[in-house]
Amino acid sequence: MWLKILSAVALGAMLVMLLPRAKQALAASPVATPGDWRAVVVPLVAIVAFVAVLMAIV
Amino acid sequence: MPTPVAITRGSTSILSTNRLVRNTYALLSLTLLFSAATCALSMVVDLGRGTYLASSIAALVLIWFVLPRTANSASGIGVVFAITGLLGFGLGPILSMYLKLPNGPQIVMTALGGTGAIFLGLSAYALTTKRDFNFMGGFLFVGMLVVLGGALLNIFLAVPAVSLALSAVVVLLMSGFILYDTGRMVNGGETNYVLATVSLYLNIFNIFISLLQLLGITSSDD
Repeated sequence: MWLKILSAVALGAMLVMLLPRAKQALAASPVATPGDWRAVVVPLVAIVAFVAVLMAIV
Repeated sequence: MPTPVAITRGSTSILSTNRLVRNTYALLSLTLLFSAATCALSMVVDLGRGTYLASSIAALVLIWFVLPRTANSASGIGVVFAITGLLGFGLGPILSMYLKLPNGPQIVMTALGGTGAIFLGLSAYALTTKRDFNFMGGFLFVGMLVVLGGALLNIFLAVPAVSLALSAVVVLLMSGFILYDTGRMVNGGETNYVLATVSLYLNIFNIFISLLQLLGITSSDD
């Protein structure tokens, strides 16, 4: 049980530490153009397919 | 027509970017080797399940409170080795647990190879396109907050499907972070190779852990 509580405290601390960084990133991120997202989605779809293959072969 | 001064500044910028990328990947390679060594040590010593949590908390303390103060000095390199060494040490009991499964060695080697392929593929893509992935920053950090919130809830709910879904999302988020961090190196958003190394190392580490979970859960269903 103490492992669960300690894990929860660590995750809670990570949330607290990450929150200002997320706010800063949201405020500072430039607006994406339509081509920008395509350049991200294509490799990520390839990653999904790759992981699916790995899960199938193990 | 560009002036000689503009050309000199441009080539200086390219040189400093090349130096940053070279130093980052050199340090990343060394830290991965060091991490593997501490992981092997941890597997031999076999300290138990709490090792991962204790090592992760110690590494987080170094990342949050020590690294920002030392990143611009030579001691920053020592801190990077301490962080990656601790994370590698924490990985030992987890790998031991997976290796005890009937197809454990295959799961571990597949996760390792898969992580390497994902990292090399995405890094090559980000380095060759030289695209600025800064627009993803807000999306990625909010995604991380959602994942952390979900993981926090699932500690007490312990739903295997949620754990599987979170691992899949982490693989995608960390893949996005590889593009984001590499793009920042190439486009001048990150100029410190110590910080760049830690960011990339954490991306690789999280992909590896999540792939282990995904492959472990799916293979145990057979």
